[in-house]
Amino acid sequence: MLNTVFQLRKPRQFEVSFKDITLDSEHIIVRPTYLSICNADQRYYQGKRAESVLKKKLPMALIHEGIGKVIYDPTGTFNIGDEVVMIPNLPIEKDDIIGENYLRTSKFRGSGTDGFLQEYIQTVPDRLVKLPDNINRSVAAFTEIVSVCYHAISRFIKTSNARKDIIGVWGDGNMGFLTSLLLKKMLPKSKIIVFGVNEAKLNDFTFVDQTYLVNAIPDNIRINHAFECVGGNVAPQVINQIIDYIDPEATIAILGVTEDLAPINTRMILEKGLRIIGSSRSGREDFEGLMDLYAKYPDIIQYMENIVGTQVHIRDVKDIVNAFELDINKMLGKTVMIWDE
Amino acid sequence: MIFGLILAGGKGTRMGNVEKPKQFMDLCGKPIIVHTIEKFVINSSFEKIIVLSPKQWIKHTQDIVKKYLPNADKVIIIEGGSTRNETIMNGIKYIEENYILDDETIIVTHDSVRPFVTHRIIEENINYTQKYGACDTVIPATDTIVESCNNEYITDIPDRSKMYQGQTPQTFYAKRLKELYMSLTEEEKEVLTDASKILTLKGDKVYLVDGEVYNIKITYPYDLRVAQALLGSSDIK
Repeated sequence: MLNTVFQLRKPRQFEVSFKDITLDSEHIIVRPTYLSICNADQRYYQGKRAESVLKKKLPMALIHEGIGKVIYDPTGTFNIGDEVVMIPNLPIEKDDIIGENYLRTSKFRGSGTDGFLQEYIQTVPDRLVKLPDNINRSVAAFTEIVSVCYHAISRFIKTSNARKDIIGVWGDGNMGFLTSLLLKKMLPKSKIIVFGVNEAKLNDFTFVDQTYLVNAIPDNIRINHAFECVGGNVAPQVINQIIDYIDPEATIAILGVTEDLAPINTRMILEKGLRIIGSSRSGREDFEGLMDLYAKYPDIIQYMENIVGTQVHIRDVKDIVNAFELDINKMLGKTVMIWDE
Repeated sequence: MIFGLILAGGKGTRMGNVEKPKQFMDLCGKPIIVHTIEKFVINSSFEKIIVLSPKQWIKHTQDIVKKYLPNADKVIIIEGGSTRNETIMNGIKYIEENYILDDETIIVTHDSVRPFVTHRIIEENINYTQKYGACDTVIPATDTIVESCNNEYITDIPDRSKMYQGQTPQTFYAKRLKELYMSLTEEEKEVLTDASKILTLKGDKVYLVDGEVYNIKITYPYDLRVAQALLGSSDIK
């Protein structure tokens, strides 16, 4: 079967390509339905990755956040019509110690291998997780980024010390929003303080205990642990500010992606005995854990409805370009592309 | 019930022609017709996929379907007719004899040599037919259409903005199509090469579904080259 693949040929230029799918007894066919644009997709679309990276990875179908409908399942795992979230991480090997998202051999959709911007996705049952009935599809579309936050918090809980009275989250964007929202549920006894640069955005964090602008942080504030959810070229400033305000023997969880190396205050990291844990992507158990969390706290979905941004119906390349351009100019929120049937 | 009708050529004009029909040509390691059937097989809307083949190629078609498709039981291969419309009528006859031909029975008819048909096009064909009664897949004409009634000089140049190029699928309520076809005279049947025209001739509306430029019909070696150029390498699963 000739599957239509919408590949980014070069920055700002999508092109239709076709790849053969052979039907067999092991693979499921999913029709992608709701797809969400991530900043990582935008970095490819706008050509903000290094020239060598673009040369190596393009042409490639973007998008690693999305849901779909099972339309063909010879394995009998799902019913036809089941709505599923698609896991973009594609492990090649199994390891008892290292997580699937950290194995260097793993592939990742929309980064080195084609993403979800395709007519059909052919995959093994293990890469699909059934969505709860009646979930808001536009929210479900960005389950992947939420699973990344879930993964980072789960790692943080395992490695950080027991004093978790006050946790700081730096970042007033989508990642900061989702991380602080999940922290409130996963660590309900902790006080969550969010630090940002945009007061209007911070006003949307109604579920946290406190918000501060980063240039107006009270001197006497104490933070037991922190999450960095900013990334980009200001990441060093953010990390150094965290180092200044954080308790000794604290853990700093870094989630923000930077293109350049970040000069950070290693002297103070040593003096305070800080622990820095990086987290990236997520694996199947994070998606499953997140679904359990949604079931336990249905209001998570309601809060996330507030960050659904522009919803663009797509039929062809022209509509996809339109969605990416609209996404560039957004203030906060996730742009969701909806396939017209 | 909804049926897919894959039109793989009639039996008339090719009789005695030993050349392999174009639907059996290889594209990316598989016969073209297999790619086409696969797009229909994975769509759960279809009760059955009826492939209408020239008589002498039925066994061959059965063999390749069995070879390439794990759930070949959804695919039925029967003999086509002497013309395109007779072929469709053979498909309807099969439905009538083996299932139920009622007012709800829909047939999505598609050229076996258009393997680039998409999920959206098939879905819209079904939806538009349920909503409007019949539909045809088209793309806006890019070349100017020139009419010549005597094949010597131009008799008309129609307004291009009103011209479209017909593709497939073409989708109909099977019972209605059959009734209208049976009401045609033999002369009318002779000149009708297109199923949609059966309806338009009798005053029924046929709605337009947006096709795709790449939903090409592989007719000439040139088309096969174009099809190969559209294909990339196979993907990781």
